Amino acid sequence: MASAVGVAAQVDWDVPEQTGLWQDAWVRFRRNKLAVAGLTLVVALVIIALGARLPATPGGLWKILHLTGDPFQQNVINTLAAPTFQHPMGTDILGRDVLARVLYGSSISLSIGIIVQFLILTIGGSVGMAAGYFGGRMDNLLMRFTDIMYAFPDLLLVLVFVAAFGPSFWSIFIAIGITNWVGLARLVRGQVLSIKEKEYVEAAIMTGSSPIKLILKHLLPNSLGPVIVSLTFGIPAAIFTEAALSFLGIGIRPPEPSWGVMIEDGYAAIFADPSLVIFPGIAVALTMLSFTFIGDGLRDALDPRMRR
Amino acid sequence: MAQTLLQVEDLHTQFFTSRGVVRAVDGVTLHVDAGETLGVVGESGCGKTMTALSILRLVPDPGKITSGRILFRGRDVTKMDDEEIREFRGNDVAMIFQDPMTSLNPVTKVGFQIEEAMTAHDRFTEKLAKGRVVELLKRVRVPAAETRVKDYPHQFSGGMRQRAMIAMGLSNEPALLIADEPTTALDVTVQAQIIQLMKQLNRELGTAMMLITHNMALVASLCQRVVVMYAGRIVEEGPVEQIFKSPQHPYTWSLLRSVPRVDEARKDRLVSIKGLPPDLLNPPPGCKFHPRCPFVIDRCKVEEPELEEVGLNQTARCWVLMRNVKEEDIDAAKQSALSRDAAQKLKAVPPAEVGDGSAGR
Amino acid sequence: MAVQAAERQPATAVRTDPVLLRVQGAYKHFPVVGFGSGGLAVRAVDGVDLEIRRGEALGLVGESGCGKSTLARLITALLPVTRGNIIFDGQDITKLRGTKLRRVRRKMQMIFQDPFASLDPRMTVGDILMEPLQNFHIGNGRERTRRVQELLRLVGLNPNFNNRYPHEFSGGQRQRIGIARALAVNPSFIVCDEAVSALDVSIAAQIINLLQDLQREFQLTYLFIAHDLAVVRHLSDRIAVMYLGKVVETAGRNDIYDRPQHPYTKALLSSIPVPDPAIERERALISLKGEIPSPVNPPSGCRFHPRCPIARVPGVCSEVEPQLEPHGAVDQVAACHFAGEA
Repeated sequence: MASAVGVAAQVDWDVPEQTGLWQDAWVRFRRNKLAVAGLTLVVALVIIALGARLPATPGGLWKILHLTGDPFQQNVINTLAAPTFQHPMGTDILGRDVLARVLYGSSISLSIGIIVQFLILTIGGSVGMAAGYFGGRMDNLLMRFTDIMYAFPDLLLVLVFVAAFGPSFWSIFIAIGITNWVGLARLVRGQVLSIKEKEYVEAAIMTGSSPIKLILKHLLPNSLGPVIVSLTFGIPAAIFTEAALSFLGIGIRPPEPSWGVMIEDGYAAIFADPSLVIFPGIAVALTMLSFTFIGDGLRDALDPRMRR
Repeated sequence: MAQTLLQVEDLHTQFFTSRGVVRAVDGVTLHVDAGETLGVVGESGCGKTMTALSILRLVPDPGKITSGRILFRGRDVTKMDDEEIREFRGNDVAMIFQDPMTSLNPVTKVGFQIEEAMTAHDRFTEKLAKGRVVELLKRVRVPAAETRVKDYPHQFSGGMRQRAMIAMGLSNEPALLIADEPTTALDVTVQAQIIQLMKQLNRELGTAMMLITHNMALVASLCQRVVVMYAGRIVEEGPVEQIFKSPQHPYTWSLLRSVPRVDEARKDRLVSIKGLPPDLLNPPPGCKFHPRCPFVIDRCKVEEPELEEVGLNQTARCWVLMRNVKEEDIDAAKQSALSRDAAQKLKAVPPAEVGDGSAGR
Repeated sequence: MAVQAAERQPATAVRTDPVLLRVQGAYKHFPVVGFGSGGLAVRAVDGVDLEIRRGEALGLVGESGCGKSTLARLITALLPVTRGNIIFDGQDITKLRGTKLRRVRRKMQMIFQDPFASLDPRMTVGDILMEPLQNFHIGNGRERTRRVQELLRLVGLNPNFNNRYPHEFSGGQRQRIGIARALAVNPSFIVCDEAVSALDVSIAAQIINLLQDLQREFQLTYLFIAHDLAVVRHLSDRIAVMYLGKVVETAGRNDIYDRPQHPYTKALLSSIPVPDPAIERERALISLKGEIPSPVNPPSGCRFHPRCPIARVPGVCSEVEPQLEPHGAVDQVAACHFAGEA
């Protein structure tokens, strides 16, 4: 009659598998149309940038394919030309193909924007992690140092740097890196402080984990989400900073056609031909927008509270 | 003859999610008479809170009441228009929730919030409302009520906040008060004070109460009748004395025996219901409790039982019924099934010696 | 350590085995931060003496602010003491640091309250169970994998779950994983900090049964902390009651119920409803006045005196702090000037 089933400790043999954490994030990201559009554009930009620099001849792959001209080739006969089939974005004040320069410029903006984040992550991440984990005096010291860096006028620091090492890709790169890590440091510190209190960290201590293990295996992986989002938003900021510095003349120098340099060049002839400023300007704006959309999408996708 | 205040008839509330339809309330019929306290018992996900929210038409998206009637003093709540329902909520039926900290607005003074509850229904003018607030707080035994009205919620302790919530709930003299886990978040001694308060209020004001809880002892203390819910349905109903003395549904029986009693002298083994609460997206066929039931028979797996009368005013939804279960099956249901085999293998690693923590193999 | 013969008492059987854990004069004060707070501190644990004997289950019970969770963290060295000693298996762990402290952790483990926060969401179940085995160099790679499977089987989970993530499991299942983790290194002492408080009734019963079975099977010593006295009484051999940072009474599980000596214990017991309508209709609740005071500024003399139904105020109760002294049954102590009179 009634089956005498022992109240088994063997409760659950079949637990349905659910999506992994990263897959779930990707699904959520995909649902955000703007984010996907941004990602598509960024991927396209990366391809464009690569094609503009490789092979290492002026104009790269795109010139070889006859899609565009040589970004450095001057042509005093054909200056300030309107867009034609041969020069789809016209020519600039020295007769150079604007399109080729815009394409080349994408490589500069992307490389600075993205690669500088590694520098920011290294400096800001270490400071934040140390401050959060060790607390006490170390925290105090590091945070006061962070406050000082924050209050210090960035432009001044950049000028000093550039004056000392001369304007170039690398001096700009390092200058942007050392003036922009503060936000990330504070973020990482906040993350570490909140994760430190979590019971799974206490549990890890109970299982005999050393402090290094705790940081590497528990604190770091769990703070990744907001850090990734912050770094993603840092890219458009860095791109803009480079453009602004180059425009001011303390960044990339001509004839390297970063978008900022192009705007600086074109500014002189702005009433004669505003397109010289508009094309690189739109390029900057579109790139920044794309990364911002991606950042928004990532933030929503990685938010643990929005998990089902 | 007791007057029936609230009559819920075959209520169905469903959630339309991207993964399917969740039948949160799956055909619930119950009633509350004037002045009585009804207990609604079950664990998380059984539908007890959704039933209460349905009565007040506060079901959140993507949920909807899909069928059934909710009659309050004869009027069907599901058919009320917006103005009638606003009049109904807080006035005829009031509800207090589990966590008073999140139910109270942290940036408004407590006195003002209670006033608002009254002025919102136009039963009291502002002046009258202000006067009643102190009276209400005194009624719920908040000490120094006159000064306390000017405090903010964070200045109240947990127990006092709950009293303030009760005061708010009672401010418009509702006929029925629905309390959803009112003492779960409180300390034990404070819980006792609230229980005592509720008993007193029921005596003094004659307010009927629907007490939603998973705590059987609370029901024993406060309620006259009790309804046990599982997977959105009622599985047993009856007067409290009978249900506690001879529960007929195996779930009710298991619930009563899975909670340790503070007055137990021996360490009797607890009955633990195996498995997990059912997935409401894909409920099991037949009786919804059958995968976890220690006394399941074949019929349970295919055919869902109806609520049948099993005693005076007591109904249960079961093919077996506890009175038909043999002693030895009950004993078997309490046996330990710890994997001794696994335990043996694990003990092969010796426990650490004194002063030594790195014993390798 | 010689094992002494167990003495048996009529009402309770308390083993007089050697003491595994001894807490001596433990204090934990958290300084209050902020301007003008002076030397104020939250006196979470304010002078606690406690003994846990090898093989017994000691229940620690009390309401919010009593300090039981803080005391648990002092005992497991997750928090440093402000003052006092914690002697575990002959060693004063308050004096240990770094590697030496980590070695002790092999013998002492903890099961946490929140099943959703006590497992690292980024690690697989297998990794979580592997971590203690790796830290303490137990076995080699293959042996560890086997051990992880046995641990899962022991707590009633499918051994193939080792590459699942915590979020795929329910609260009760996660708590089982936590229990498996605690047992991974075969400890002698386990602290259960509100191990079933966050679980549904029927799931809690599963875990309570599991904990009991495991204690018997592995001869574990438990410190079981909870606010629910019924659960504590079910699982423990002896019970200690805490109020506002101090232990106010300790007794065997039956003595504490049959003849509570401290008025707070008595009030606590009478506050707990019982699932029996006949009893509930009859009984008189001892309703305590007021609320639990703040641990920043505990009352003078006996901390309980403002709420105590039998306090002599003004008098000894408001002036002199009572010490834990034998009252009632053998092996029962209470800190009250008028013990047994409530």
